[in-house]
Amino acid sequence: MLGEHSSHRECAVDVRDLRAGYHGRPALEDVTFTIETGCLAGLVGPNGSGKSTLLKVMLGLHKPWSGEVLIFGHTERPGHGDVGYTPQSELVDWTFPVSVYDVVLMGRYGKLGLVRRPGKRDREVAMAALERVRLIDRAERQIGELSGGEQRRALIARALAQEADLLLLDEPLAGLDATAQHDLLRLLEELRTEGKTLFVATHDLSCVAADFDHAVLLNNRVIAFGRPADVFTEDKLSEAFQRHLFVLPQGTTIIGP
Amino acid sequence: MSDVADFFTDPWRLEFMRRGLVAAVLVSVVAAVVGSYVILKGMAFISDALPHASFGGIAIAFALGGSLYVGGAIAALTTALLIGFVSRRGLVRSDTAIGILFVGSFALGLAVISRERNYTGDLFSFVFGNVLAVTWNDVYLTGGIGALVLAFVAIFYKELLFTSYDPAMAAAAGLPVPAFQYALLALVALTTVIAVQTIGVILVVALLITPAATAQLLVRSLPAMMALGALIGAASSLIGLYVAWHADLSASASIVLTATALFIVAFAFAPRRGAVWQLIPSLNSRPAAQPQVLKE
Repeated sequence: MLGEHSSHRECAVDVRDLRAGYHGRPALEDVTFTIETGCLAGLVGPNGSGKSTLLKVMLGLHKPWSGEVLIFGHTERPGHGDVGYTPQSELVDWTFPVSVYDVVLMGRYGKLGLVRRPGKRDREVAMAALERVRLIDRAERQIGELSGGEQRRALIARALAQEADLLLLDEPLAGLDATAQHDLLRLLEELRTEGKTLFVATHDLSCVAADFDHAVLLNNRVIAFGRPADVFTEDKLSEAFQRHLFVLPQGTTIIGP
Repeated sequence: MSDVADFFTDPWRLEFMRRGLVAAVLVSVVAAVVGSYVILKGMAFISDALPHASFGGIAIAFALGGSLYVGGAIAALTTALLIGFVSRRGLVRSDTAIGILFVGSFALGLAVISRERNYTGDLFSFVFGNVLAVTWNDVYLTGGIGALVLAFVAIFYKELLFTSYDPAMAAAAGLPVPAFQYALLALVALTTVIAVQTIGVILVVALLITPAATAQLLVRSLPAMMALGALIGAASSLIGLYVAWHADLSASASIVLTATALFIVAFAFAPRRGAVWQLIPSLNSRPAAQPQVLKE
């Protein structure tokens, strides 16, 4: 039987009775779930279901009203390096005059603290992260010159440069074509194999169903969490998405002869 | 031949021209460096507002017989902090907050002037700028404040870059993002204070954004944008003063018009990105900077 201590070690994320919101209006209520270390987990829910708020609370950027978030068994504070993060693509300024390498090097800034400049090791880590996401030949490009898929990989490289074991990715698959989406999923799977824990907010239910180990179905509260096959049942999905999603039994003909 | 030499050396026989040149170059270099952030953060409106706001403080200091720099600095910094504060509350859009606050302070300045019987000409030189009236003391003060601003940008380069580029990620990495956002506003306010004497309340925004915007068309990294912007600003000051001397025009207007002309040239003819090359299809056959063309 596992003791309390060792069961904590198993969990990359342990969220308990979390309540959070803005200006007195709740965005998350009684949110409780766990994610095991080394798994690729999806965070799924309709718009306004609190996905981004949950990620912000996990990053320590938004203070919850009550409850707690344990990352590898302890409370996360900004800058402590356990959690890497990639923001939604629309929130990133792609016109800024910075190179891909500059952006990835920013992943090191949190560890450096104020004033100190990146050193040799920081540059090596940044280059290794670029190598890891296969963007090394794009290092000197201005960030906006990359294709959509390359931009997402650059953001992931920046999260990797943080050397965090848990990565929170906000909508990394949104707006990519099928090929780019496939490449990105392959990268996420490789990172999981290397021992990273990934928590990916996404609208793409089929990706999560097909490729992820774990899913959290959210609509201000957790509708279900666990293996995607157990989470994505017709009942639970319609509870989460209400009337906005029609679940078709397999074999349904959508366009008939 | 000596006519040509006279053309170039004539203006500098006079001390007030030399002094004006030093002041204008100092101000335009500092303004271009700070202005690079102003452009990238879309703060052009704030950078127009703070000089106007400083005028309220300058007029009150003038009426009370105090230092005009201190008065201008207090008004600009207070307005900058209030803009930051009001827009962080989220009750009023930040451009609305800016509009309300700077016009209020500028109107206060006009109200004070309307009560002054004497020397209002001095005050109006702050509105329109009078680079040829600066004293050596003004030049030293400009150099001192300018050096402080540049030192801050150099020391906190990494932090200013990160918090400007990606505030959410910077906060997640543990950086004090609001502190640097306020610091950037304070840098604009200080630049404003040294620029109003030289270039005038109304034209300060041109020194902050035009040279840096010209540089942005020509280079692709932030340090290069700052350096080239500073060079373009300094060149605009030099050429502008020649124009003012020989054509007998307002010095601040000539400097700003020179900077505007350089921007137009860069906008039209910037290598690969210039508007002229975009209009000529045969020159545009090899696409240069189209993001979506690159393959995965």
